[in-house]
Amino acid sequence: MFKSLAPPEYLATIDREKCIRCKRCIQNCGWGVYSWGGDKVLINTSKCVKCLRCYHYCPEEAIEIVDNPTRFKQNAYWGYNHLRNIKRQAETGGIPLTGMGSDLPYTILFDSLLIDACQVTNPSIDPLREPMELRTYLGKKPSSVEFEKGRDGKLKLKTKMPPQLKLSLPIIFSPMSFGSISLNAQKVLAIAAKECGILMNTGEGGLHEDLFPYRDNIIVQVASGRFGVNPDYLNAGVAVEIKIGQGAKPGIGGHLPGEKIPLEVARARMIPVGTDAISPAPQHDIYSIEDLRQLIYAIKEATNYKPVSVKIAAVHNVAAIASGIVRAGADIVYLDGFRGGTGAAPSIIRDHLGIPIEHAIAAVDDRLRQEGIRNEASIIAAGGIRSSADAAKAIALGADAVAIATAALITMGCTTCGKCYTGNCSWGITTQRPELTARLDPEVYAERLINLIHAWEHELKEILGALGINAIESLRGNRERLRGVGLDTQILDILGVKPAGR
Amino acid sequence: MLEINAGGMYYRDLNQKIRDAVNSGEKDITVRNVNGQYYIGDGLRGKSTITVEGVPGNDLAAFMDGPTLVIKANAQDNISNTMNTGKVVIHGNAGDVLGYGMRGGKLHILGDVGYRVGIHMKGVKKQSPTIVVGGTAGDFFGEYMAGGVLILLGLNNDGRPIVGDYLGTGMHGGDTRPRRRGHEGPEGIPYGVLQGHGALSRRDNEKGVQEAYPGVVAALRQPLRLLARFFYQDHLVKSL
Repeated sequence: MFKSLAPPEYLATIDREKCIRCKRCIQNCGWGVYSWGGDKVLINTSKCVKCLRCYHYCPEEAIEIVDNPTRFKQNAYWGYNHLRNIKRQAETGGIPLTGMGSDLPYTILFDSLLIDACQVTNPSIDPLREPMELRTYLGKKPSSVEFEKGRDGKLKLKTKMPPQLKLSLPIIFSPMSFGSISLNAQKVLAIAAKECGILMNTGEGGLHEDLFPYRDNIIVQVASGRFGVNPDYLNAGVAVEIKIGQGAKPGIGGHLPGEKIPLEVARARMIPVGTDAISPAPQHDIYSIEDLRQLIYAIKEATNYKPVSVKIAAVHNVAAIASGIVRAGADIVYLDGFRGGTGAAPSIIRDHLGIPIEHAIAAVDDRLRQEGIRNEASIIAAGGIRSSADAAKAIALGADAVAIATAALITMGCTTCGKCYTGNCSWGITTQRPELTARLDPEVYAERLINLIHAWEHELKEILGALGINAIESLRGNRERLRGVGLDTQILDILGVKPAGR
Repeated sequence: MLEINAGGMYYRDLNQKIRDAVNSGEKDITVRNVNGQYYIGDGLRGKSTITVEGVPGNDLAAFMDGPTLVIKANAQDNISNTMNTGKVVIHGNAGDVLGYGMRGGKLHILGDVGYRVGIHMKGVKKQSPTIVVGGTAGDFFGEYMAGGVLILLGLNNDGRPIVGDYLGTGMHGGDTRPRRRGHEGPEGIPYGVLQGHGALSRRDNEKGVQEAYPGVVAALRQPLRLLARFFYQDHLVKSL
């Protein structure tokens, strides 16, 4: 057999002294690295992706996964991935796919921004002693409000409020479809969203009936493939999202490989089993802002005017596009930065197209303010939110809320191995193989995700306390409380942030 | 029998009126003086028949689930967008992007249609959408199709090609049945696309259509009026 000229990335090793031949590694590996050789476990290390499932389930700590020391010669210009991809392409002629967000070392602006804190002259607040408001409402806000006196003499709101989505804290889960992730993974998100008073998003793959009990915490998505979209579906959630683009793959469509389409997914999507589910970019009924408006209002008509969100990838001209989206009638603009995750994308697209979310939030928030329409829509920022600090910085730059997906999957066992597109996820997350999905107990893992959200909630409150403010609303778009470190004047200007020391 | 005068009415009010009428159990509704109002029948559910007089605006019958809409004129773009069940009959021509992501029900157009018709249609065994076009179609007919049936009759086409370029590109399910003369296929049909879906000889083609839509083959040879009777039955023949 021809041996690939791209050496394996990882070496799976078993300490034969420690190994008790329990075969748990064979059972647990979804990739087929291990097999039984009659008297010992055999290893095919070329299949290993370092997802560490075997390591965690080895009772004897006998397994070690190491980066393959036999690598191509180090070269600062011709990097490991360049050589590896060229060799793989020379062998297959195909486009190398990948999963997760880009891991290339582009500048991370979140790491160059620091948050202010109070000292002496203005008191900080202890969130353990004083109430701290994280509640967030997403949706169109009226430009002015009128009040009237009711019969009982009390003031009442006269202005009719547009529909709002109420969140207990400004964090929601990003769209991930049934198909790209397993139903159990979706259940984890749904249970946690309900428990935490936030929202999950179905992605474009229909709404499984098992999720109906969580409908008050679900946004349903409509994308170009229209998978699973019917009147029941549109009305099932609290809002509808139109997906135009995804940060990890701006300008190219959704692609669910046929390996991840067994009968149940095929039925939910109404397509043949095992064929690739394609959601092309663009949506072929939307070639303009006017067309987008038409779809937004078609959905509003069909749902008795529920809020409609429009999700776009952050690209060079994102501010003007977002302005058009707001003017088209969207209640929420969802911005997905180029670090955003994906279940399957060509690595060349993921790593080289789009702009970071930090720039996009600042640009869009600025533009909408300049045009006097910032109140017309809420901004959700997504695409690589790694911690509550990233969330706080995104909100200070101008986002109303942030969306997380990778962080949520990490609570379910994900180790960001980036092989989601293969459908072999040993943790039962990005797979549809029943023996693998059964590993992900929704109740058990929801507990972990709820813990994460609560932890971030506490951290956000601590950050607000240190800032001396008691409501997330006071941080929103408050770039005065951010400072840049090591950023040049132009970037500071784009971000609307002063350099540290000023 | 309920009549609604849509003259000068805002689309939201008109659609609310239609929705109220359908919800109150009205089976036969006629909407007169329609002049470009958007979203007629959008998300509408029920078993009523709604006759539209005048030209309706875009996104007719989007997300519709059940009713029958009869349009006694030309119609515009985005008809039956993601329609679930029901039937839309158009007595004239219609525009672009018809039946986008359609999941079930029927869309019958007597005349010609524009670009991107029947793209992304879906279907599983029990639920399968059908689009029948009496005239010709533009480019990208049946693109990305995953299920359902598209029938293109190409009548009265004055010798123009009955379908534009890129027929059925990216198609991975369903059936596209353009009418063919002799052994010649319409221009621009990728050979591979129709293999296994459509057929290559006239006889096979008609056999395939017969399976998909019993009775069509006989009608193919009939003049327009008879054909109309077959497809549009009582809705249309009265007006011819």
